Parts: sequence; structure tokens; C-alpha cells
Amino acid sequence: MLEIKNLHVKLEEEEKQILKGVDLKVDSGKVHAIMGPNGSGKSTLSYVLSGRDGYEVTDGAASLDGNDLLDMEPEERAAAGLFLAFQYPVEIPGVGNMTFLRTAVNAQRKARGEEELSAADFLKIVRERAKSLKINADMLKRPVNVGFSGGEKKRNEILQMAMLEPKMCILDETDSGLDVDAMKLVAEGVNALRDEGRGFLVITHYQRLLDHIKPDVVHIMADGRIVKTGGPELALEVENNGYADILAEVQ
Amino acid sequence: MALPEIKQTATEARLATLELPTAGCTKPAREAAIARVREMGLPDRRDEYWKYTRPDTLVQAEGTKAALFDNDEPLMFDQIDRLKIVFVDGIFDAEASDDLSLEGVKIERLEDICCTDIHWAKDLYGVLETRGHDPVPRPLAALNTAFAADGVAIHVTGKPSKPISLIYVHKDEASDAFLHHIVRVESGAEATILENGPAAARFNKCMEIDIADGGTLHHVRSQGRDHERRAVTHMFTRLGSESVYKSFTLTVNGVLTRNEQVIEILGDDAVAHVAGACVGDGDFHHDDTVFITHDAVNCESRQVFKKVLRNGATGVFQGKILVKAGAQKTDGYQISQSLLLDDDSQFLAKPELEIYADDVACSHGSTSGAIDDTALFYLRSRGVPQEVATDLLTLAFLAEAVEEIEDEDLSADIVSRLESWLSRRR
Repeated sequence: MLEIKNLHVKLEEEEKQILKGVDLKVDSGKVHAIMGPNGSGKSTLSYVLSGRDGYEVTDGAASLDGNDLLDMEPEERAAAGLFLAFQYPVEIPGVGNMTFLRTAVNAQRKARGEEELSAADFLKIVRERAKSLKINADMLKRPVNVGFSGGEKKRNEILQMAMLEPKMCILDETDSGLDVDAMKLVAEGVNALRDEGRGFLVITHYQRLLDHIKPDVVHIMADGRIVKTGGPELALEVENNGYADILAEVQ
Repeated sequence: MALPEIKQTATEARLATLELPTAGCTKPAREAAIARVREMGLPDRRDEYWKYTRPDTLVQAEGTKAALFDNDEPLMFDQIDRLKIVFVDGIFDAEASDDLSLEGVKIERLEDICCTDIHWAKDLYGVLETRGHDPVPRPLAALNTAFAADGVAIHVTGKPSKPISLIYVHKDEASDAFLHHIVRVESGAEATILENGPAAARFNKCMEIDIADGGTLHHVRSQGRDHERRAVTHMFTRLGSESVYKSFTLTVNGVLTRNEQVIEILGDDAVAHVAGACVGDGDFHHDDTVFITHDAVNCESRQVFKKVLRNGATGVFQGKILVKAGAQKTDGYQISQSLLLDDDSQFLAKPELEIYADDVACSHGSTSGAIDDTALFYLRSRGVPQEVATDLLTLAFLAEAVEEIEDEDLSADIVSRLESWLSRRR
């Protein structure tokens, strides 16, 4: 599924190396978590994988099902099955949430050579999936993320994920800015999408999200590299002792 | 004060090419208008009010040709049930037009009312135009009053069941047309006027609108697509108390367009909204010049103008809100924004407020910017191709102006026009 090899990334505008050789492999049906202190390169990894401007890959490779991700435009990566749930979902005044969702779903179907969903079919599916995420009709009508609370924005990300049915989902600090109830709701949404054919990469600072989305593998990232990999117990270790011990241990 | 010689020469050269139409009851107004033109002189580059838009091609004795736009796009407002009044190169076409009778409104061709002795038209034709020269002269409007060869008088006394649609067909590549319409909306009456079409190679249009107490007028216009056409238009509107005037203009192409809106709010509790969306590509110059005078208590005015410019297109906005002493509780809002799709395009804005009352809320803002990269990436990361995402964000930028149109069918038609422009220009 997702395979990252020796990925080196620097900022395009300045000589600052952020990723210094990341190796990672996420198989279908698995949930991997990446934890790490601020500035370790977690978010950069998610942006580079999804194709955001401003980064330069200086070495290494990343592929999804054998297709070179780094060679594709962001929309091509999405159509190939990659999805990034943003840490800060973007507000887009003037574009209705429903229009946005339908445009995205149909653009991906078109790119894959599938038939576009009719308005009626789309509406049926979106209503059903929105309901389980407690997204009401008003939120679907409003402009994308405009005036949404932090929790509503994150639920809207999960709704997009549910509608686009990606193969590989990257969740970038989806728990940030959420209260406990909102986090549970988001985690339930994610868990409902767990599937044999789908992989997850969950980026988080805290173990508490992983109480709700149980990972198969936990990685610790520091200074642009993955420094330790283990099972769910690794997350508990971080929760109890902080990163300092682990970092001291690997240095 | 005598005009500079160069301006006087240019003005006389233009006047020498024009003939006074058989004028009937508008004859005195037309003669007075010629005198106003001579006194003000036609605009030239040295005039402050024309600092951002060169008036020479609008003024010069001979107009330039404009090729006819030809494609298979459906005609504007085609799906809307409306009363059609067609002008071809500025001349009324009875055969192409509908029967002008409609309950709640009386529509007459100016030419037909000229011989009658007493007619409301006499109290309006040229009257608001004359009032509109203070403090800034608008000589091209006076020129129109003097020489308009055709036009209609629309007297709204009730609530007509469908919009009155003025359709301007351009057939002659060298046409140079003047149209002058007058509209009187009686107390409690309500109507919608639509305008569309390129009209002529060079088009000078004037509309005077008098809305009585409690009257309502909706105005939606789409200026023609012929790329090489030139147009100068003036809308003079006077509002009585509790009256409502809402105007929206879409401009897609046209090498030169200057739209002036002059609005006088004279009655309390009145509402005036003017909005415009324009999309220009390349050799395109679009100027919105608005002057709103508040001279009554508790009135609201809104100006919402959005321009999308690319490949060296130019947009201009000159908008002013004048709040006279005593016009307390005025609520004035003005926003002009441009979306510049490249570094070659430019937007020139001159927003102005002049306030003499002490209990008012007036705000104005003007911005220029590019497509938001973060929003663009967000859309693309969901699988929306870059071009489609750019179009979506462009339409989103224009939405605030388009939303000023109350009628959903009309606004949907405007949006579809914008979409087809985007796909054509891609």
C-alpha cells in the first residue's frame, strides 16, 4: 500500500532540511500512528505526501500501490486513493459544502474512468453518511467550513473521507482542538471506515486519540526521522514518560 | 468659465456628426441638453473623473468598428418568461418585440409620445440627468439626452406579472447608437427590468428612473459579449420614501465599458443596492463609477462590485457615498474587490465617503488579490483538478455580488453565463 523510502525533504524557499530519511510502510487494513514532539516533521510528511507546494524532495521515494506519488499532481494523488484530513481545514467562502463534496466525488470518479454520481444518488449517500457523523442539513448547505466550530470542521473532514472512500487516509492531528465528546465522534467516524482494503496513518501528539482509534503500529518521529517503532504500548510509554526518555534512548 | 480650446474643438467636432431627432415633447429638453454639453465639454484625459478610463474612443466623432460575437450559447434570460422589447443597433424593432401591453405597466416608445401635450415623460426626460451633474459633470449623459434616437417610457402602476426585458441586438459592425429610457414606478408598484445584449459597436445608453414612495424596482443587466464593443451607460435613479431599488450588472468582455450609477435617496427609509460582477480577459477595460447621495433619514445603500481580471485586463471602481447633513441613521456599505489571475492585470479603485451627518454607519473596503493558494490546495487534495478548482474559487469570489439578485432564476442564469465564460476562456 503506502511505501516511503529514505524520504528527504527541505523547504523550497530556504535551506532547511525537515525530513532526513523517513522509511515507512503501511499495509492495507492497518492503522499506523506517528507520534513525536513539535517540529519533528510529522505535518511536513503529510503535506509532502499529498502534494502541497513549498517543499522540495531531495532524495527518496513515496508510492501508493506501486504508483510514484511524488510524480503526481495533488488531484491525481487523491484520485489514486490518498486522502489527507487537515489539521486546519480550510474555509472557502462562496463554495457550498454540498457543491464541494459532489465536485470532488465526481472529479475522482471521472479521473478513474467511473461514471459520475447523479445528483439524486449523491444526495442520498451524503445524507446517510452525514447523519452518522451528526452533520446536519444546515452544515451541508453552508459554505465549506465557514463559521464551523473546531469539532464541526473535523467532522466535515471525516465526511469528505467517507464520501471519497480513499485507500490510504492520513489524519493530521485530527484530535487537535477537540473536546472529549467531539473526539469520540470523530474516532467513531474513522473506525466505521476501517476496512481490509484501507490503510490509515494517524498523526498525533497525544495518546488519547489512540484510545479511540486503536493502532496496529506506533512510530516515534524526531528530527525528521522515524526513531522508534513498536506496538500500541509505545504510545502509552510516551503518555507516561514523555518523549525525552525515548529520544535519549535512541541517540 | 470658457472651455479649453482643445476640449471645445473636440466637443464641436462630435456635435457636428449628430442630428437632433424629431423631438416632439422632448424638444426643449434636448435643446437644453445640447447647451449643457457645450457648457461642460465632452470628457478628455485631463478630467479627474476620467483619470483611470480614457474617454477618447467614446467621444471621438467617428466610432470604431466592432466585430459581431458569434457562438451557439443560449441567449441571455432565454428561459425567463418576460416581455421582450428589442432594439437593433439602437433602433426599436417592432417585429422582433412582443406586444407592449402588460397589466400593471404602460410601455410606450419615446417617439410615439412626443406629440402629446401632457405626459409624465416631460417631467422626467433629461431631468434626473440634469440633476446628476453636481458635483461632477457627466457630459456623455447630456449628449445622450440630446441625441438619443430611440428608447421607451416605462410607467409602472401595478405589479406586472413578468419582467420587462430590453434586448439590445448588435448587427452592424459600425453602429453608433444612443438609447434613452425613462422609468416611473408609482407608489406601491413593483417591477423588474432586464437588459441584455451588446447593442452596438459604440453604445451610449441613459436610463432615468423615478421611484415614488413605496415603489420597488429590480434591475438586472448583462452587457453583451461582443469583444470589441464600447459602451458608456448612465443610470440616474431618484428614490422616494420606503422605496427600493436593486440593480445588478454582469459584464463579460467588451473592450471598453464605463457604467455610471447616480442615485439620489430623497425619501426616508429607502433602500438602494447596486452590484456588479465583471470578468475580463486581455484587452478589456471596465469602469464602475457610482455616486450615491443620502438626503433622507434611515436609508440603506449597498455597493458590491467584484471583478475578475486576467491577461492584462483593467478594472476601475470609483464609488462615492455622500451623506448630507440631516441624513441621520444612514447605513452605507461599499465594497469593491478584484481577483487578479496574473501579474499583468490591474485594478484601480477610488472609494470615497463624504459625510455631513453625525449619526451614521458607513463602511467601505477595497481589495485586490490572487487566488488563495491554501484553498486551491485544499480543493485539489480532494481530487478537484486545478482548473476546476480555480473556476470554483473564481465563482465563489463573485458570489457576494451575484447574491444581490433576489430572483433565483435570474441569478442562476447569471451564474451559468459566468461558467460558460470560464470554460470558454480556459
